[in-house]
Amino acid sequence: MTVTTTRSSPVTSRPAAVPASRRRRHLPFIAWHLLLAPLALLFAVPLLWLLLSSVMSNAEINRFPPALWPSQIDLGGYSYVLGNAMFPRWLLNSVIVSAVAVTSNLVFGSLGGYAFARMRFAGSRVLLVLMLATMAVPFQLTMIPTFLVMKKLGLIDTLGALIVPSLVTPFAVFLLRQFFLSLPRELEEAAWIDGCSRLRVLWSIVLPLARPALATVAVLTFLTTWNDLTWPLIAINHDTQYTLQLGLTTFQGQHHTRWSAVMAGNVLTVLPVLVAFLFAQKAFIRSVTSSGLKG
Amino acid sequence: MPRLPTPLTMPQDGSHARALRRRRRGEAATAWAFVSPAVLVILGLSVLPVVWSLLLSFQANDLVTPSRWVGLDNYRALREDPNFHQAVKNTVVYTVLYVPLSIAFGLALALVLNRRIRFVGLYRTLFFVPFVISATAQGVLFSFILDPEFGAANSVLHHLGISPQGFLTDPSQALFVLVAITLWSGTGLCTVIYLAALQDVDQSLIEAARLDGAGRFQLLRHVTLPALSPVSVFLLLWQTIQALQVFDLVYVTTKGGPLGSTTVIVYFIWEQAFKEFTAGYGAAAAYVLAVALLVLAVVMRALRSRDRTPRTKAAAP
Repeated sequence: MTVTTTRSSPVTSRPAAVPASRRRRHLPFIAWHLLLAPLALLFAVPLLWLLLSSVMSNAEINRFPPALWPSQIDLGGYSYVLGNAMFPRWLLNSVIVSAVAVTSNLVFGSLGGYAFARMRFAGSRVLLVLMLATMAVPFQLTMIPTFLVMKKLGLIDTLGALIVPSLVTPFAVFLLRQFFLSLPRELEEAAWIDGCSRLRVLWSIVLPLARPALATVAVLTFLTTWNDLTWPLIAINHDTQYTLQLGLTTFQGQHHTRWSAVMAGNVLTVLPVLVAFLFAQKAFIRSVTSSGLKG
Repeated sequence: MPRLPTPLTMPQDGSHARALRRRRRGEAATAWAFVSPAVLVILGLSVLPVVWSLLLSFQANDLVTPSRWVGLDNYRALREDPNFHQAVKNTVVYTVLYVPLSIAFGLALALVLNRRIRFVGLYRTLFFVPFVISATAQGVLFSFILDPEFGAANSVLHHLGISPQGFLTDPSQALFVLVAITLWSGTGLCTVIYLAALQDVDQSLIEAARLDGAGRFQLLRHVTLPALSPVSVFLLLWQTIQALQVFDLVYVTTKGGPLGSTTVIVYFIWEQAFKEFTAGYGAAAAYVLAVALLVLAVVMRALRSRDRTPRTKAAAP
């Protein structure tokens, strides 16, 4: 997917007859690029530097003043990180936690959202309000008791402690509920009266229509679980249970002078999100804007 | 039961409604089965902790042994604690700098990108990309770039003939450097959201204003900005909440130092609870922050609805 195909071409919808004043404003075309290009470069340079320094040798980095461009590609950092350190294990942990969180948010979010959108049951109103209220609770308020709950469950220092709190978020339930409410109910009711179970209706009729909302939930769940540091830092002590984020910051603390290895580890941490973003850019941007504009 | 003859469609509708009603009756159990996972997690890990936290804030607790009731002592201690005051001050400085700057930059970029410009998609991608990168990765990356000895930043300054800077190791700079890093990663969000909102600005309104002879600045001041104001209020609230809760970046880059110059509230809470093992004290600090956030949200909501009322009134007739 190319980055230039976007839906943000507002100008196409404008009438063809452009007033003279506006046509004039399109002329100093290059001027905007003179402003935008250096700015864009400023945004890109740190990432470029991340990539460059990960393939530089330590000798080159530790020189003063340090080199700004690698004289040759040196993959020593990567082989150090993949060979000696526990990065592969941390990568696996991160993948497990994120995959479970995304799947279970889609499943439980759909089930809960559908029940709140379409089914009548005692207490639904109270529960919905409660759920909305918990969306506004900052994590710092709940992190100490959540730690104590996880300790009671015997999950501290296991991936379970990372998975359980992210199984389903009120955000996923609420977002899917809103989306289901926007769908026409006739189709569902016809199938339902014909004897389809609610589960069947949800699976074969509602969910196929809800792909954009499901994508939003998946994207935002993946971003927040993959990128989280606070909770793994609290819940995990043993390095076999680290996620990539926790592993990376610990690794940096221990290998302060091996910058090329630290940057190689950093690339590995960032790459999955970057690749996902570049492939599903539209879904990413729609996710943040829709949750932003409607939130 | 004798029935009156009815138009053809009626019996169908009646049976339809009846069938619906019949099927709805046995449905509560299914509905509860559907919502129970969500309810369980949310009650257990949100509602319960909120109450527990409040209780903890009146207790002395070390996360291991049973806690002891101390009443308002934790809150009294917070009022006296210079470290907490410092944390509040740092957080406020950080927020007051980051929030308006990110929104202003985001809006400026969005306004420029909303013109007929080539490579809009490319620019938007470049501005937004840092947003998806974790605070941890940002922190590690910038600790390297800004490393006083081996960092590229000082190397560039050296080439420009400027003396090397301490950046994150300099107590007088560290907090501002953190603001700059978050601006790098957070401005793109504002840009993208403003860009989306700009698509929804009524073009006829702009045309009308233009026909009335409005200049570019007047157009911005009297048409575009008012149309964007709901989004601006949302961003103001959202960015403020994010800023007041900053933690990961601080943990990775400075650990609250040097000399406590970047200890923010959440870092203070984490330190108290999980490093000093004074969880009750940490919970009290967390409650102070939560109440501040709540007050802020209520004020914003009030602003938002005050914003909305005149417009709906105007639309009514």
